[in-house]
Amino acid sequence: MILSTNNISSHFHSDQFLLWSLRFLALMAGSLLLLVVVFLVHEAWPAFQQIGLTSFFTDADWAPTEKLYLLTPMLWGTLWATLGAIMLAAPIGILSALFIQYCAPPFLARGYRRLIELLSGIPSVVFGLWGLVVLVPLIARWQPPGPSLLAGILILFLMILPTITLVVQASLAQIPVSFIHNATALGLSRWSMIRRVILPTAKAGIFTGIFLGVARALGETMAILMVCGNVVQTPSHLFDPIRTLTANIALEMAYALGNHRSTLFVSGLLLMGMVVVFVMMAEGLRHREIYAATK
Amino acid sequence: MTRFKLVAWLGAFFFIVTVFSQTLAMGTQGKLVITGSSTMAPLVSEIGKRFESLHPGTRIDVQTGGSSRGIADTVNGLADIGMVSRALKPQEHSLHGAAIAHDGITMILHQDNPVHELTDKQIKAIYTGDITNWKTVGGPDAPITVVNKAEGRSTLELFLQYFQLSNRAIRAHVIIGDNEQGIKTIAGNPHAIGYVSVGTAQYDATHEVPIRLLALQHIPATLETVQNGTFPLSRPLTLVSKTPPTGLAQTFIEFSRSSAVHDLIHKQYFVPLP
Repeated sequence: MILSTNNISSHFHSDQFLLWSLRFLALMAGSLLLLVVVFLVHEAWPAFQQIGLTSFFTDADWAPTEKLYLLTPMLWGTLWATLGAIMLAAPIGILSALFIQYCAPPFLARGYRRLIELLSGIPSVVFGLWGLVVLVPLIARWQPPGPSLLAGILILFLMILPTITLVVQASLAQIPVSFIHNATALGLSRWSMIRRVILPTAKAGIFTGIFLGVARALGETMAILMVCGNVVQTPSHLFDPIRTLTANIALEMAYALGNHRSTLFVSGLLLMGMVVVFVMMAEGLRHREIYAATK
Repeated sequence: MTRFKLVAWLGAFFFIVTVFSQTLAMGTQGKLVITGSSTMAPLVSEIGKRFESLHPGTRIDVQTGGSSRGIADTVNGLADIGMVSRALKPQEHSLHGAAIAHDGITMILHQDNPVHELTDKQIKAIYTGDITNWKTVGGPDAPITVVNKAEGRSTLELFLQYFQLSNRAIRAHVIIGDNEQGIKTIAGNPHAIGYVSVGTAQYDATHEVPIRLLALQHIPATLETVQNGTFPLSRPLTLVSKTPPTGLAQTFIEFSRSSAVHDLIHKQYFVPLP
């Protein structure tokens, strides 16, 4: 039995049990997500009713005590920080993976991999603290005030680099050795082997790595809260302080009441929407790319 | 032998059950819910612990959420007592309040900043973006980094009220959540200015954190000036209730105002009642 579709029904009790328990667990996982969305919408509803959807994009400023609820600067803050981090982390992560898999001598590859694994285990608040006491003062000496979009991008880069490197490296490790033998037999140089054979074959893994990195960057809160300055403004350059949607929720939720609180749930919903749009884009891109590669 | 063991176990079991149910019964009789200011919550929960140990069977449940929540919960009957770390607003005067301690807010600079005093007018101009360079107020030629607090914090409210500013008028470069984050930000930037609780700032300044507390209207920011009420930028920490407190709530508020908790107040870097 290879496929457990409906037309191939099993007569074994244990199979039936497995099937139903798997269905149940899948239902649980799915409904959990649904519950979160329902809860978010429920909590955000008063804001939609009393403030209106357009206010979030057309109000003059974010000043909940004065009943102004503009969310776009935070939206841009989240987008720019994530985009910047991924632009840095994707190429470096892929190159690191290639280095571990194909270039480094075994002892160096093992050590480097351990280092990256260690980096992925550091809690975000530690990155934040390091950023606050080391990175931000450094930037402040160069381009005051210090806490800035740049600091956020660098911290996020450090946090998502290990994810991308490890996922890409795992997918490189799965490329059949025969591919590499064939490429070597054809007399390809190392660079053209990587470019023409390895990267196209590992495309799916590379996309997964980048996708996981973006998802983590979008959702990161604590470290970003500590290094970005949290000023509500659309950044015009790298040294401007920014506030992300996640930092906005974390900074103000404990003290928010009424419509202010509801609006924070709207920013949660907005964040969720961004992730959904991104997942859809990534899925579309991945399907097209993978099928184009195998044709 | 085994029978004896069984009886012993049963006896112990019933003893525990009886004690437990009695504690539970007493607990439901003597429970106080206190919500409000995050500045006050650590202090009040310490006081609550001492109160519980002195009055067995009572339970003091302390939750944070800001002064505004403390008032809202008390008015709605969700809490027996609210913690409010600012003076009551006119529309809140129907509540019954009793101060248990004072807290002061101080402006802080980096230790290496040669500026030793700023007038109220200068501070206001710095926060509204009219003064953007330290040399205007007698410092080095360097841009000022303005550190402000996030919306909803009572520290921000008190600051705005004292300097008669609206939060939208402030041109901040960094917005912080809690006091420690503010102190770390200023300790890492020689050209920053910010404000935090006097207690926290004084503790850090005397423990090798490179910050300096600024005097306000020539009055130094110390625990003493806050205590005797001469420091201008200070606030009472108040416990409020909807009706004049009776029974357990009254006992608790009286206990919190007594000298029996002064050591706890000192430990949190607040200033006890004279």
